[in-house]
Amino acid sequence: MAITKKPVIKNIPYEEFKDNETFEKLVAELNQNGTNVIVSTLDDLINWGRSNSLWPLTFATSCCGIEFMAVCAARHDIARFGFEVTRNSPRQADVILVSGTITTKMAPVLKRLYDQMADPKYVVAVGGCAISGGPFTKSYHVVMGVDKIIPVDVYVPGCPPRPESFLYGMMQLQRKVKAENFFGTTNRKEKDPYEAEMETKNEQLLNQQEEA
Amino acid sequence: METTETKTQVQAAAPATPKPAAVKPAPKPAAPTAPAENEVKPIEVEPSALRKEMERLKAEDMDFLECLTGVDWMEEGLGCIYTLTSTSTGKVVHVKTATLDRENPLLPSVSDLWAVANIYEREVFDFYGIRFTGHPDMRRVFLREDWVGYPFRKDDETEKNNPLRMTNEPLADDTEELVLNADGTVTSKRNTIFADGDYVVNIGPQHPSTHGVLHFRVALEGETIKKIDPILGYIHRGIEKIDESLTYPQTLALTDRMDYLGAMQNRHALCMCIEKALGVEVSDRVKVIRTMMDELQRIDSHILFFSCLAQDLGATTAFLYGFRDREKILDIFEETCGGRLILNYNTIGGVMHDLHPNFVPRVKELIPYLRNSLKELHALFTGNVIFQNRAKGVGVLTKEQAISYGCTGGTGRAAGWHNDLRKTRPYAAYDRVKFNEVVREGGDSFDRYMIRMDEILESLSILEQLVDNIPEGSIQEKMKPIIKVPEGTYYSAVEGSRGIFGVMLISKGDKSPYRLHYRSTGLPLVAAMDTLCSGSMLADLITIGGTVDYIVPDVDR
Repeated sequence: MAITKKPVIKNIPYEEFKDNETFEKLVAELNQNGTNVIVSTLDDLINWGRSNSLWPLTFATSCCGIEFMAVCAARHDIARFGFEVTRNSPRQADVILVSGTITTKMAPVLKRLYDQMADPKYVVAVGGCAISGGPFTKSYHVVMGVDKIIPVDVYVPGCPPRPESFLYGMMQLQRKVKAENFFGTTNRKEKDPYEAEMETKNEQLLNQQEEA
Repeated sequence: METTETKTQVQAAAPATPKPAAVKPAPKPAAPTAPAENEVKPIEVEPSALRKEMERLKAEDMDFLECLTGVDWMEEGLGCIYTLTSTSTGKVVHVKTATLDRENPLLPSVSDLWAVANIYEREVFDFYGIRFTGHPDMRRVFLREDWVGYPFRKDDETEKNNPLRMTNEPLADDTEELVLNADGTVTSKRNTIFADGDYVVNIGPQHPSTHGVLHFRVALEGETIKKIDPILGYIHRGIEKIDESLTYPQTLALTDRMDYLGAMQNRHALCMCIEKALGVEVSDRVKVIRTMMDELQRIDSHILFFSCLAQDLGATTAFLYGFRDREKILDIFEETCGGRLILNYNTIGGVMHDLHPNFVPRVKELIPYLRNSLKELHALFTGNVIFQNRAKGVGVLTKEQAISYGCTGGTGRAAGWHNDLRKTRPYAAYDRVKFNEVVREGGDSFDRYMIRMDEILESLSILEQLVDNIPEGSIQEKMKPIIKVPEGTYYSAVEGSRGIFGVMLISKGDKSPYRLHYRSTGLPLVAAMDTLCSGSMLADLITIGGTVDYIVPDVDR
């Protein structure tokens, strides 16, 4: 049986989202091995809560950050979607909005911020610079797209994107969150960096026990 | 395919070529005879004589080092152009010096004469590898300490030597000083930035109150700040270097992205510099439109300043009210320019589009609206006892310090320094409007805040005088399809949202600039943070940083 998850986002009907194909492919991939009825019902419930309370990290390097402030403020008001709880510590944040150019000096810092966030975590690349280097492709000091350093979930194009694009991008992220399986699997997008380390440690412990 | 492309090129070029010949026969003969209005003829000085010459100029009341541009002239050597201004007479002098030694270029430091030279010389060292003898802190300022080579040199292989390094950057606790001995030999000396017992706290680069990705290393004595070492470059994009490979119209696009709250003024400065160098006179209409746009941008910037400062100090309501008013200005920008933040409006010889029919009525609506809402903002925040206690008497900068550090704009004017370029060197339509230069005497955080709030009113009054008097005329002068600036050195400056924004353009007659240097409004402000904060409490760092009002992408460029 084909699994057709069609997450409902208030105000925008499913058909009106521009790229449904990629999304459906993602849903099919996530549910390749079928899903448990009980678990997936629980998933729906928890994802409903998760998607409506995504806490962004206040992270901005340049122009897009000012537009992010405008999205937070009176007219556009991201509190309507439940994103208004901006966190200053990556450890409390669910999503990092990379707003602005990432330079090679900033790259290790961004990577560390991402590593400090707790799973499940999401990345939105906001603006031309974060997507591909934008107008600074000729620069010697700019990372040509943050996806070279960290995995990106949603790209929001623009220089800087209008607040409406911001919100559209965030709604796309909501759909993604709603389609994911929360229980049973982790949604980690990169290989566990400590996996090899843990394995060797485990082996060492076992060897020690055997010796004893 | 190729043939069709060439055809369209020919078609595009054909109507354009006869036009400049037909329309402007007058400026053409004028250009070679009269030198451009903003052309710079620097005094050329040998490195060995530089120190004496600079001391003489300093004694002659040239007390403000406005700009320091590093240049790689190739066969003429590596060197600098110093732009000196007298704050009393307004006289401007340019001094040029160059050394032929590319292996180990040395120049004497002037950081003891003008405090701002300290960070400017570090910038030149970072980009060109010129080391300054007598400079107490010869470290890189924007690039990582393990960076190889000097990217602004014309023969540097930057990309080859510097792959993306994902290791944490090294930060040294001591630094080098080169001492020039009496017999002409140079010895190296180590200076400490932080002593062994210092308690150092890192603030940034990821911190919501540093207004961007700025990193302060702060040495503390209890809760009191002993010393601040700013680490810059987390948003250094090398805009000046990119500009060297772009054509003149292309370079304009990057100016908006430096100080995005002074996008109009930045672009105005570069357009003005190129126009004057070409000998093009823009129409009256363009001058007035640019003036009005600059002032709208200034109000936009000052309201954002208010909102961010309020947010940093915990007044979220004031933040929301500030942004409510800011959106009104963005609406006006959006209708005419198409953008909200990055506007791309000024062009060489004019502006991109004519004013939207709604522009005049909207501005007329905005003026009384903002005057009313300013009262609201004051009622919400200015009188607040917490804010008053945190701002009054905190972070005092004296007039002498402001001039020595080159802190222009509101920060300098709060200390009593009359530095408004709109008054001292009027440009565009500023000579035909009446407005007051807002100056206060205290130099503390509260004065810096009040200066900006009062400047909103002055800007509104400028808008009021111009909105009914926008002259008719063309919005774009006819320019050649390929713009080539005649060989020479040119300097123009405008009053940006937060100080003097200067453009130093060195042209070799090509279609792209040989060297384009921007006098950043924020770099001197960040350089002064150590002086401003020493002796204050750690919590005051946020208030002081907020009221000084630097924009980090403008600092780093």
